[in-house]
Amino acid sequence: MPMQFVKYHVRDKYLKTDRLPHIWCPGCGIGSILNAFLLGLEKANIDPDKLLVVSGIGCTGRVAGYLNMDTFHTTHGRAIPFAIGLKIARPDMHVVVFSGDGDLVTIGGNHFIHAARRNNDLLVILVNNLNYGMTGGQVGATTPHNAITTTTPYGNIEDDFNIPFLAAAAGAVYVARWTSLHVRRLAWSIAEAFHRKGFRLIEVISQCPTTFGRRNKMPNGLDMLKWFRDNTIVKHNADLRETRIELNRKIVIGKFIDIKDKPTFEEQAYGLVEKVRGVKRGE
Amino acid sequence: MINNQKQKTQTIQVKRRGIVYLVKDRCKGCGFCIEFCPMGVLKPSKDFNAQGYHYPILVEEPPNKVCIACGFCTVICPEFAIYAEPMEEEKK
Ligand code: SF4
Ligand code: SF4
Ligand code: SF4
Repeated sequence: MPMQFVKYHVRDKYLKTDRLPHIWCPGCGIGSILNAFLLGLEKANIDPDKLLVVSGIGCTGRVAGYLNMDTFHTTHGRAIPFAIGLKIARPDMHVVVFSGDGDLVTIGGNHFIHAARRNNDLLVILVNNLNYGMTGGQVGATTPHNAITTTTPYGNIEDDFNIPFLAAAAGAVYVARWTSLHVRRLAWSIAEAFHRKGFRLIEVISQCPTTFGRRNKMPNGLDMLKWFRDNTIVKHNADLRETRIELNRKIVIGKFIDIKDKPTFEEQAYGLVEKVRGVKRGE
Repeated sequence: MINNQKQKTQTIQVKRRGIVYLVKDRCKGCGFCIEFCPMGVLKPSKDFNAQGYHYPILVEEPPNKVCIACGFCTVICPEFAIYAEPMEEEKK
């Protein structure tokens, strides 16, 4: 059977197809992660009309512009506070934050920690491309030690944030990490996390061949995916002290935390209102 | 997981066949589908698409070297260009 040339893709129903091809570079991982997110959404059987997706600024921030559903493109680092507002106003909706490492744990790092601490009912998809891609490849708080970036031409002297450890320590109820190669497991993880409540974090390590890979001996997307294939190890419930990303060591991926039935901020807020006023919300 | 599957396919009895679809002009030639197809049935084209990239083409050698509709290309493609679906008259 020869290949069939067609005009539409199976995921087109979720996308603003008039905006395709998207802006991401050839070989970038964000498109694959968005694709896996849509597969996860389908597997979880979530009605897109019951979903709000919030992005911040950066390459991953562009996700909001391509989804054909209610999406919000917010200011830099403020995707989480915006999403908290949405969820408290519309507790009936699923709220997803889909943004990058620079936006969520660097510029917006404090929001991230406190939302995890309060157990705000959000599903956070954090695409970690290990640098500031959109602005030209500067070092960030997620750049591994010794990596070369435009602002660390002799190697990064800082340690990076260990994001799963940070999230878990702050109180996140679901913590997983995959890469842009592990798209199937990522989709399953997203589907599973949709059916949990509270602050859920899925970190997806992604390739930015254009600004990061090029300077670190992996000039195209395929080189970086082979790096993910050969240098990752799946360890569910891993000791999170060992999940820092180092260039010369295997990157630990898997599902690390899955706590059910911890009350969310929203449940407790509405519960308190009910108790004090003696009426249900909306009455 | 992905390693060495090309060799294994020689002995696998193909239970299901797929049809591969391509929105040709969306492809940016990243090669992910070609590299990670477990059956090794995708190859880069000689032609360019409208964006100037080499898109994947399907090179099957029935009965065993065929698309099995595993769906990996469908989900790894960053451009929403390629997808596969099982053939209707499967189960042989
Ligand atoms: S700069 Fe990097 S992260 Fe941004 S679109 Fe290009 S490859 Fe992707
Ligand atoms: S569905 Fe699987 S076997 Fe078929 S072309 Fe795609 S990756 Fe290859
Ligand atoms: S994965 Fe998609 S964009 Fe990449 S070569 Fe295959 S069809 Fe083209």
